Amino acid sequence: MNLLHPETLVFWTTLFFLIFFFLFVKLAWKPILKTIKEREQSIEDALLQADKAREEMAKLKSDNQKILNEARTQRDNMLKEAKELKEQIINKARKEAQTEAGKEIEKAKRVIESEKQAAIKELKNQVSELSINIAEKVLGEELKDKNEQLKQVDKLVSQIKFN
Amino acid sequence: MNFKFFKYAFVSLLLISFSLYSQHEENDKQPATATENSEQSHPEKEDFNAAELIHHHLSDSHDYNFDFPFIDKIQFHLPVILWTDKGLTVFSSKDFKGDEEGQVIVTKNGHQFKRIHDLIVYADKVGDHVNPKDVPLSARPLDFSITKNVISMLLTFLILLLVLFYTKKSYNHKRMPKGVGHFMEPLIIFIRDMAKDNIGPKYEKFVPFLLTVFFFILFSNLFGLIPFSPFGYNLTGNIVVTFVLAVIVFIITNVNGNKSYWTHILWPPGVPIILKPFIALIEILSIFTKPFALMIRLFANIFAGHTIILTFITLIFVFKNWGVPFASGFATIFMYTSELLVAFLQAYVFTLLSAIYFGMAIKEEAH
Repeated sequence: MNLLHPETLVFWTTLFFLIFFFLFVKLAWKPILKTIKEREQSIEDALLQADKAREEMAKLKSDNQKILNEARTQRDNMLKEAKELKEQIINKARKEAQTEAGKEIEKAKRVIESEKQAAIKELKNQVSELSINIAEKVLGEELKDKNEQLKQVDKLVSQIKFN
Repeated sequence: MNFKFFKYAFVSLLLISFSLYSQHEENDKQPATATENSEQSHPEKEDFNAAELIHHHLSDSHDYNFDFPFIDKIQFHLPVILWTDKGLTVFSSKDFKGDEEGQVIVTKNGHQFKRIHDLIVYADKVGDHVNPKDVPLSARPLDFSITKNVISMLLTFLILLLVLFYTKKSYNHKRMPKGVGHFMEPLIIFIRDMAKDNIGPKYEKFVPFLLTVFFFILFSNLFGLIPFSPFGYNLTGNIVVTFVLAVIVFIITNVNGNKSYWTHILWPPGVPIILKPFIALIEILSIFTKPFALMIRLFANIFAGHTIILTFITLIFVFKNWGVPFASGFATIFMYTSELLVAFLQAYVFTLLSAIYFGMAIKEEAH
C-alpha cells in the first residue's frame, strides 16, 4: 500500500492510464468496434434480406399453389366437360344408330315383305303353271281314248254346280 | 508445431514452478530452523515473520525482487525520483544498499535521505522516526519514483497493448477475428452491450473508456494471481490505484452530467419544499460516495484475496508441521479458484457501476 506516499502511484497511474487510454482508443477500440459494428450491420442486413427472400419465396410458393389449384380445377372441369361431351356423343351416336338401325330394319322388313310377296306371286304362277302342266300331262294320259274322255267330261260336268 | 512445443513447455514450467517455488522457500527456511534448534540466542531475528512477508508483498518497493523458479533472487534497483524544495533529485535505489530501516543515509542535491520500508524521508529534517507512522508529511520529499508497482502497471499496460494490437490485427480486412481476437471479442461485445443497456442511446462515446477500465482491471487482477515475477503483484489491491480509477469515473460522470442530473441533485423534484435542502445534501454526498464505493470495493476484494492466499501459504512456515501443507494447500487452491472468479467479477462490477453512473448523468428525464 502506498498510503504514506500516495503521490507516486497517483501520478504514474494517471499518466499511464491517460497515455494508454488514448493509445488503445486509437489503435484498438475504434477500429475493432467499427469492424464489429459493420459486421453486425451486415449480418442484420443479410438476415433481413433472407427474411425478404423467404417471404417472397412463400409468396411465390402460394402463387404456385394457386396456379396449380387453378390448373387442377381447370383440368377437372375440362375432364368433366370432356366426359359429358363423350357421353353426349355416345348417347347421340347410340340414338342415331338406333334410329338408323330401326330404319334399316324397317326397310329390310319391307324389302323382305315385298320379296316375300313377289316370291309368293312367282310361286303361285309356277304352281299354276306346274299344275297346268301336270293337268295337261294327266289329262293327256287320261284323254287318250274316247271313253275315258267322255267319262271325264261327265265327271267334271257333274261337279259343276250352278248357283 | 513450434508453437505447440512452447505451449506444453510453458504449462509444464508452470506446474514445476509451483513445486520448486515452495521447495525453494523451504530450503531458505532450513538454516533458520537449525539455528533455532541449536542456539536460542537470536530467535526473534531468525523467526519467520508471516505478517512482515504479507505486508512486504502488499506494499510498494523501490527495489524490484525478481522471483522466478530456477533463478536465484535477482534484485533490480529502480530509479528514485524525488521532488524536494531544491528541485528534482534523481538517483538509483542502489544507494540505499537494500536498507529499509533508515540506517543508510544518502546525500544528494543538498539533502540527506533515508528509507524506512518503502517511504523515503529527509534524514536532515524534523526527527528520526523509527515507526513510519510518526513521520509528518512535511518531513519527506514528494516521491515520484518508478517503484515496483509502477513497473508492474507499465508491464500490464504493455501486455494489454500487445494483446489489443494482435486483436486488432486479427481482424485485418476481415469480418471475423482469429487467434487472440476470439478471446477478446466476446468480452468487448459483452462490455459494449452492457454499456448500451445501462447508458442508453448515447452510449458509444463511453465504450472506449469502459473497455480500457475493464481490461486494465481484469489483466491486473489476473496477472496478480500468477505466482512469480514479473507477475504476482498487487495493483488493483492497492487503494491508490483504485482511487485514481474512481476519480476518473467521478470526473467523467460529473463532466457529462446534464441539466436533469444536476436538477435531481440540487433541487430534487417530487419532494416537499422543506425537505429539498436535506435531500440535496444527501444527493451531493452521493456524488462522492458512489466513486468512493467503487474504490473501496475493488481494493478490498483484491487486497483481501491476496492476503488470504498469502496467509494460507505462510501457515506452512508458521506451524512447520507436515500436515499443514495439505490443509493450507487445499485452502490455497480453493482461494485461487475463487480469486479467479473475483478477478472477472470485480472488473465487471467496476465497469458496470461506472456505466450506470454515466447513464444516470446523461439520462434525459421524461417528467
